[in-house]
Amino acid sequence: MPETDGHGASIELENLTKRFPGGAQPAVDNVSMEIKAGEVVVLVGPSGCGKSTTLKMINRLIEPTGGRIRMGGEDVTDIDPVGLRRKVGYAIQSAGLFPHMTVAQNIGLVPRMIGWPKARIRERTEELLDLVGLDPGEFHGRYPRQLSGGQQQRVGVARALAADPPVLLMDEPFGAVDPITRDHLQDELIRLQHELHKTIVFVTHDFDEAIKLGDRIAVLRERSHIAQFDTPEAILTNPADDFVSGFVGAGAALKRLNLTRVRDVEITDCPTVTVDDPLQQIFNRLRAAGTSEILLLDRRGRPYKWLRRGDLMRARGSLARAGTLVHGTVTRDATLRDALEAVLTDSAGRVAVTGRHGEYTGVVDMETLLNSVHDMLEADRLDALEHQHELEELRAARTHAEQEGAEGVTGVGLGGRR
Amino acid sequence: MSFWEYLADRHQQLLADAYQHASAVFQCMVVATLLGVLIGVAAYRSEWAGNLATTATATVLTVPALALIGLLVPVVGLGVAPTVVALTLYGLLPVVRNAIVGLRGVDPALVDAATGIGMSRPARLLRVELPLAWPPILTGIRVSTQMLMGIAAIAAYASGPGLGNVIFRGLASLGSANALNQVLAGTLGIIMLALLFDAAYVLIGRLTIPRGIRA
Repeated sequence: MPETDGHGASIELENLTKRFPGGAQPAVDNVSMEIKAGEVVVLVGPSGCGKSTTLKMINRLIEPTGGRIRMGGEDVTDIDPVGLRRKVGYAIQSAGLFPHMTVAQNIGLVPRMIGWPKARIRERTEELLDLVGLDPGEFHGRYPRQLSGGQQQRVGVARALAADPPVLLMDEPFGAVDPITRDHLQDELIRLQHELHKTIVFVTHDFDEAIKLGDRIAVLRERSHIAQFDTPEAILTNPADDFVSGFVGAGAALKRLNLTRVRDVEITDCPTVTVDDPLQQIFNRLRAAGTSEILLLDRRGRPYKWLRRGDLMRARGSLARAGTLVHGTVTRDATLRDALEAVLTDSAGRVAVTGRHGEYTGVVDMETLLNSVHDMLEADRLDALEHQHELEELRAARTHAEQEGAEGVTGVGLGGRR
Repeated sequence: MSFWEYLADRHQQLLADAYQHASAVFQCMVVATLLGVLIGVAAYRSEWAGNLATTATATVLTVPALALIGLLVPVVGLGVAPTVVALTLYGLLPVVRNAIVGLRGVDPALVDAATGIGMSRPARLLRVELPLAWPPILTGIRVSTQMLMGIAAIAAYASGPGLGNVIFRGLASLGSANALNQVLAGTLGIIMLALLFDAAYVLIGRLTIPRGIRA
């Protein structure tokens, strides 16, 4: 495998098949998939659909009975599996930490096997613990049973990342932790991936998890047949068939809101004044703006109070008691779902948007939100249509090529595919 | 002669016998442990091999010790040889059975994880499976040792070493002055040795079972 400076390597699965001895039908049947370098691909599907088997064939924990696997362009179907696995990070459900080793020993296993010097291993262990949000000094010498489920899972991810592999395989890693911790771990993984740019193949049966984490999602039906392999947006707005839409579940439009951030939609402006402005100026601004409301900012530019015309009349020269305090704000990085939640709970149906340090950057209200969502869904729909069109063309071209190719290798190619 | 006078009078001979007894059991136990774990490692992955190993070693145990030693004499001669062979064979069963149970009891997810992060088969066995199976194996060794303590006494029948000689001498001269003292001294000696060994195993357990899996 070529060196990739810790960044991802592409993965190609070509007609991958697994037939277990005694099984009437293959567990995984003829799966082809291209995963780009640095991409997070989530394999999602019902229990027993072969998604785990497919994943385990990538690091050849399960040897495929047919097909090829290429990683970073190199065919790894027949190379030494032990060497291959040392270059592919592997994280599993309930972390799979070795209970007789300390956290540091668990993390240092792969580096030790590939012969890193001791000092480097120690350094790397500290670095990784830091990366997954555990204090190295505190957790270094602990045993797995002294950790909570979430902490174990973090160590599991750290162990998988230890030798800086370009590819990370994760088999339902967050399946055994409570929902709150799971949510947290998912956020952490997103943050990590933002820094690391690994190629991640992630298996789950939880579609919401898939939407949250995946750059692309492969919805698998039985025998690992790909029902749809596309971006979360496309799958939500345009599920390929009934199986996929059944799996997406109710509320696809609501789920879609999770995928867009406030910064991606139109934010309206609203007249603002600061607490240090003289009262007369505030009056003038309000009159000039032609709106009934004005937002009062504190000295650091953060939203403080909503002022109405009437409030100012009653204020009698002091702003101390006038207006209503700003309760909820959303950041520019919040999802549209959070924004919608905030707008719905706000009595006036609008919410202030803040920047990184809590400073005011704009306002979203029901109307702008609704318009954005409509535009977004429409754009998705168009994208999906176009995409579908492309796929059909591609498929047609491929079938054509295959038919021509099959004539060259008489029988062999055809015999293989019945 | 009272029992205490007998002990005072013969303590050198008795200590020498006790030392030989302990030494024979210890050495046979080392061999039985090595062999037993090897057999366990070779057999635990397949259903029938595991059953075969357990059954075979269990069969050895059903042969009466006296008969086995008697049968061994024409093959390997008198003295130390039949003692070592018999003790080792008897010591195998608990070790083999616990090794197989222990190795099979390792969480498959951990084996999967070990393979998945790139451990070769020997590395996985040495670093993950055996350390995790070690507590039950140690229990097997402990049980074996207790058993061998008693069986070793019978080795004296084939002129083997150990406290069995004192007991047999006493039994052969029942009615004479020191007969009862001899039998008593031999038996109590064996019990004391067994207790000492057991204490040593507790210590070994403390030292060799990693803190993360200690109960």
